Formats: sequence, C-alpha cells, structure tokens
Amino acid sequence: MSDFLPTSIQLSYLVASALFIVGLKKLGSPATARQGNLIGAIGMLIAVVATLLDQRVLNYEMIAVGIAIGSAIGAIMAYKVQMTSMPQMVGLLNGFGGAASALVAVGEFWRVIHTVDVVPVDETVTIVLSILVGGVTFTGSLLAFAKLQELVPGAPITFAFQQPINLAIVITFLVGSGLLIANPHDPVIFLILTGLSLILGILFVLPIGGADTPVVISLLNSFSGVAASAAGFVLMNNILIIAGALVGASGIILTELMCRAMNRTLVNVLFSAFGSSKTASGESAIANTDDRTVRSIDAEQGAMMLGYARSVVIIPGYGMAVAQAQHAVRELADQLERLGVEVKYAIHPVAGRMPGHMNVLLAEANVPYTQLYDMDDINPEFERTDVALVIGANDVVNPAAKTNASSPIYGMPILEVDKAQHTIVIKRGMSAGFSGVENDLFYKSKTMMLFGGAKDAITQLVASVKEL
Amino acid sequence: MVDGIIAGLVVFTLASFVGFEVINKIPPTLHTPLMSGSNAISGIAVVGALLVAGERSWNLTVILGLLGVILATINVVGGFLVTDRMLQMFKKKEVKT
Repeated sequence: MSDFLPTSIQLSYLVASALFIVGLKKLGSPATARQGNLIGAIGMLIAVVATLLDQRVLNYEMIAVGIAIGSAIGAIMAYKVQMTSMPQMVGLLNGFGGAASALVAVGEFWRVIHTVDVVPVDETVTIVLSILVGGVTFTGSLLAFAKLQELVPGAPITFAFQQPINLAIVITFLVGSGLLIANPHDPVIFLILTGLSLILGILFVLPIGGADTPVVISLLNSFSGVAASAAGFVLMNNILIIAGALVGASGIILTELMCRAMNRTLVNVLFSAFGSSKTASGESAIANTDDRTVRSIDAEQGAMMLGYARSVVIIPGYGMAVAQAQHAVRELADQLERLGVEVKYAIHPVAGRMPGHMNVLLAEANVPYTQLYDMDDINPEFERTDVALVIGANDVVNPAAKTNASSPIYGMPILEVDKAQHTIVIKRGMSAGFSGVENDLFYKSKTMMLFGGAKDAITQLVASVKEL
Repeated sequence: MVDGIIAGLVVFTLASFVGFEVINKIPPTLHTPLMSGSNAISGIAVVGALLVAGERSWNLTVILGLLGVILATINVVGGFLVTDRMLQMFKKKEVKT
C-alpha cells in the first residue's frame, strides 16, 4: 500500500511530461496553438495535484492560500496587460519563475543543514547551481523588465573595468562554491553565493541596449527553464527536470532565431554594448545631412498616392504600436481595399519588441493574418509595389544595412522598401532609429516624408482617403 | 546518490533534444505566444516549491517554499492565461477569413 501512492505520483508526472511535449508541439501550428496551450495547462494541473498527494506535503491550508494568492495575481496580470507590453509581462513572469526555483534551492539548503549530518557533495553542487541560475534569471529578468518599462534608461550601461569586475565575481563565486563543498553547513558562504548570483544577473543585463533587450528576454526564458531543471536535480524530481529542459531548449531556439534576424551572434549581443558605439558613426552621418533634401507631403497628398495605387505594402514598426495606431491602420487598409487597392503587410522578424510581437499587435486589431507577409516572402514583391507605407519603423528599412559596410547595422536583413515605386514614411521627425543610425531612405528621391505622430497621421490619411 | 544524478542527466539531455525537435520550424506569427506558453511551463518550479513548503510546521524552509509557491503560481496562471488571450485573437480572425 505504501508503494502505491509514490508510484501513481510518478506515473502522473510521466503523463504531465507527455502533455507538455504534445502541448508545445501543438503550440507550433496556428490551427492547434490554442489547444496546445490548454493541453500544457492540463499537464501542469495534473503535476500540481499529484504533488499535493505526496506524503511530504501536509501543509494544505497555507499552500491553498499561496496558490490562491498566486492565481489571483497571475490572472489579473494576464487580463490587464496591454499587448504592447507583452515583452515586459514575459520578462516579469520569467523573473518569478527563476525566483521560485532559487527559493526551492535555498529552502532545501536550510532543511539539509539542519537535518543531515554529512551532506553529500552532489547535493551541495546541485543546490549551488540552482541558486546561480535561479538568481541570475530573477534579477536579470527584473532589470530587463525595468528597461522595457523605461523605469531605467534603455541604453547600455557600462562602467570602467566592467569585464574584469564580472570575471572577478565569477571567480569569487567558483571559489565560494569550492568552500561550500568543503564545508557544506556554513550558511555565511551560502548567503554570499546567493548574493553574488543576484548581482551577476544585474551585471549580465546592464550592458545590453534597449534594442537587444528582447533577445535577452528570450534568453532568460531559456534560463528560467534551466533553473527549474536545476531545482529538479536538487529534489531529484523528474517532472521538474523534463519540463525545465523543454523550456530551456525552446528558449535557445527562439533566441537563435532573433539573433539571426538581426545578423548578430549571441555573443555579440551579450558583450558588445551595441548602442553605445552610435555616437561615433552618428556624428559623421549628421554632418553630411545638411545638403540633402527631404521631400515632405501632407495627408491629402499621401491619401492621393495611396488611393490611386494598385498595390500598397504597409510596414508597421514599434512606433505604430506605441502610438496604439494599429486600429487606425486597419481602417486605412479597409478604406484602400474599398477603392480596389491591394494591401499587404510586411513584417520584419524583429518588428515590435519580441519575436512575433507585431503579429500579435495586428491580430489584436483584427488584421487577417493572410495579409501578413514575412520578410523573405515580401522582399521580391517590392519592385511591383506602387507605394510602400512605413509607419514607425526605421532600422528595419534602412538601406545602409545592405550598402554601407561601415554602418553598425550592416548585414542585418531589411525590408527592401527602397525598391518600391514610391515610399511614404510616417515619422515624428528626422531622428535616428533605435540603433542610433541615420537612415538614407529618408533622403531618396522616391521617398516622401509625412511628419506627425503615427496615430494622428493615419487618422488624417483615413479621412482624406474617404473623400477620394 | 550519484546514480540519481546520472539518471537525472540522462532525462535532462533527452528532454532537451525533444525540446529542440518539437520547437523547430515555428511560423513567426506564433513566436510570442510560444514564448509566453513555454514560460508558463517553466512555472513547473511550483512542484518543487510545494514539496519544500509541505512540512506542517513553521520554519525558514516552509516560508521560502510558500513564497516560491506564490511566485511560481503567478508564473503558471499568468503565463497560460495571457497565451490563451493572444491565441484567441488569432482564432477570431481565422473564422472571419
């Protein structure tokens, strides 16, 4: 009888693992994604219920309170969050997951030093690893959240001897780990190691610029999985190890995809402090902009160009999302289609602030996703496009990425709007993009600038198109 | 105990490969929901927190465990619900077109 319960718990974990795998698989296809998410949630429910049956779990009242509080906060966050803030939301949830894994390790350490006389080496090693990954995920995610929320400046923060200091901390951590293995009951060393992990998380994210923060969120998502796995090693629990490994692997793949879209390597993103080099290249660009002319048009002229075109490709950027202009953009597209214009949307892989973010934002505005085209599919079509309408996008349409080898964004795949017959760029002013690089596109003879906030400009365009 | 670590490593490595295989070739439209959905799964730490918080007495381990339960539950519930909210928007359109 005493064997029956542990066996059924293990079998439940196995079922939950299988459900996680099936759920992730189904999340990968538009038709089954919602079902996949539900299957994952069912897997989680099974895992939690099975754990509550464990004979070590007796503290039901307090656990019920904890789950109720967590569920309420989680549900409120999920329903209140704006779709533009999705990267922050994922970042924050990552941090909570990482913190939970670290807390598991700290709690286990505390239990072990008070109940076990001879602590096995592997127990100490797994606890230290779990603290490290969980701690880095926690503070790193919170800082990434703060950067995206603009609570702290998005620009890379660097200071003198940054790399040597980081290295020194890592070495201190390793030495401390060695001491803890030799002396596994010492809470002081343990506290120092915990503190160092938390500091490392902050130092890890500090030098990464605003434009690269989505990559970091994606990487930290992977870390939060690894942290759960590490906690699984501490408790010798297979469901934690499996689920954590699945998330760890998927996070790495998404991170890799994002890096490829920006033509950067992960190492480059993490250690180059990208945006901070902008002053050097930016100044020379500004110097020679004076003798170049910019053609500016008003909404009425813009509406004429759009209304009498045969095909229009809309290139939405994060500026459009910030201005909450996606609904106005869809109205414009509807009006144009009424006039018989063919409207498509070109989505750059890093449009928005996380992979696939722009698709979600447009979906929120009910844009049919059959009208959304990936970069590789739309680029050959620009030559046959009458008007390319760029709304709040900048770096992803900068031809310098193809032509100017000295540009910091050289080599990044772009949407080739300069091949369209005409380009209309809606923008507040002539400021540089997220990367801090001047955009030659604005000075081309085929480019018309429509100055104004994205939402106002689009609303005016809609009004003018209606009168055509 | 070392046997346990080895068994754990085997499970970890195989599960990682499954993760790589399952996630490959995802259309960009689904990257954001996939990230928040997998993020919710990483809230599996809640199981660990439950085990740590399970003892029926008050000590530091239990308090830390309960804190872990709260944080991990936020991660799980928030993650799955927000993913569903996003995917619902995709769904709505599919019916239309």
